[in-house]
Amino acid sequence: MSPAVTWAVTHRVLTQLRRDPRTLVMLLAVPCALLGLLRWMFNSNDAMFNFVGPPLLAMFPFIVMFLVASVTTLRERASGTLERLLSMPMGKLDLVLGYALAFAVVALLQALTAVALTVGLLGLDVAGPVEALALVAVLDAVLGTTLGLFLSAFAQTEFQAVQFMPAVVIPQILLCGLFVPRDALPGVLSGISDVLPLSYAVDAMQRLQESADLSGSLLRDVTVVVAFIVAGVALGAVTLRRRTP
Amino acid sequence: MTRSAIPIRIQHVLNSVAVEVESLRVHRGGHVVLPDLSTTVRRGEVTGLLGPSGCGKTTLLRSITGVQQIHGGRVTVLGEPAGSVSLRRRVAYSTQRASVYGDLSVVENLRFFAAVLRADNDAVTGVLSTVGLGGQADARVDHLSGGQQSRVSLAVALLANPEVLVLDEPTVGLDPVLRRQLWDTFDEQAASGRAIVVSSHVMDEASRCDRLLLMRDGELIAEDSPAALLARTGTPDVESAFLALVDSNASTVCS
Repeated sequence: MSPAVTWAVTHRVLTQLRRDPRTLVMLLAVPCALLGLLRWMFNSNDAMFNFVGPPLLAMFPFIVMFLVASVTTLRERASGTLERLLSMPMGKLDLVLGYALAFAVVALLQALTAVALTVGLLGLDVAGPVEALALVAVLDAVLGTTLGLFLSAFAQTEFQAVQFMPAVVIPQILLCGLFVPRDALPGVLSGISDVLPLSYAVDAMQRLQESADLSGSLLRDVTVVVAFIVAGVALGAVTLRRRTP
Repeated sequence: MTRSAIPIRIQHVLNSVAVEVESLRVHRGGHVVLPDLSTTVRRGEVTGLLGPSGCGKTTLLRSITGVQQIHGGRVTVLGEPAGSVSLRRRVAYSTQRASVYGDLSVVENLRFFAAVLRADNDAVTGVLSTVGLGGQADARVDHLSGGQQSRVSLAVALLANPEVLVLDEPTVGLDPVLRRQLWDTFDEQAASGRAIVVSSHVMDEASRCDRLLLMRDGELIAEDSPAALLARTGTPDVESAFLALVDSNASTVCS
């Protein structure tokens, strides 16, 4: 582990993102535009907007960051720079952590913009403190990032990486409790839902929407999300191979 | 160019073995690329790895740098198994395709890799002038020509002053003046005790090497100095020598 090397990776990834203003604008604007669309859909139904708003506030940055992180690391793999870095004194954890930190900066901006818009302008009514809502939204976006970093190890091409979105992300969306409450799912599906990270992200958002006090259950949900983030970084590092076929 | 301090030309340092390949066997994508290859690379020499495209040059170079999964035999570099942690600064590898970031400038690329290699800013300035890219330092890499991009990649390989420098076709697409300049650089690096392995499919670059490894279909068909090779085969150039060796091998098999 070397903080200087981790920082060099973070700095490099952020510089690359800055070179691509269109991506940067889309990263910030797309979740906001989708939330605006949602508000418009439920223009005359505040209760419904308040019900679906928080879960989707967790979901949109999660999905976007998942895709961006997996495609970016895949690009690093395809360009030969990953192999070059791994033949240098580069710790695997330094590399994954450097990436995770760079995307966490983007996730932070993205989630904060989305929360500010949804609560400030679109009138989402949450019982809990807005800061907590923002914190959970940021963690969800970081969760998407680390999951994308980890899973990109299993994709050889961009096409495969993009397929992870329907394969890995959509089941989590279906089972997270937005369509059918998690405890009303058939037993097996409820069990599966219990081991999927997005379920806890959405649970945390819903708890904040419903109740003003920061309960122990909320703390548990946030802890689970953080644990998945840490696991994503660790597994992302473990699955990097210095020797390839 | 900053010339390194007077190289210590001690015979045993110069001629000591830097890379030892013993019975190396590598499969890639279900077929055998290197069935059983043994050779050595010495310090103080430019070793040229020559052979047609697809003969296994890159696989051998990848095995020396330790990024290739191998299926038999042993590769020892500077006394350690290839790919060991302690070799990651002492061995540098530049792949055939420029492995650098196209959306960063030349100097941003070099600074990033320098940070990873724990090299300082002087090293960045030094390698920029070595590869003749001082004037393009702030240009985005993907705005440069193919030859310039591969020089950026070569510059990265030179950053940490490696003891073993492995270069896969570094002179492809370069103009002759620059090509000569780079070969002069390789000579200088070798003269200061480094081991340089350069692959090429252009046989006329062979005369610039101290030692040649001629490769065909995953096997070494000759291992000699250019002069000795020409004398042995009675041919005027390396290309003819290559053909003569292939022909004599074929007749051995047939008879």
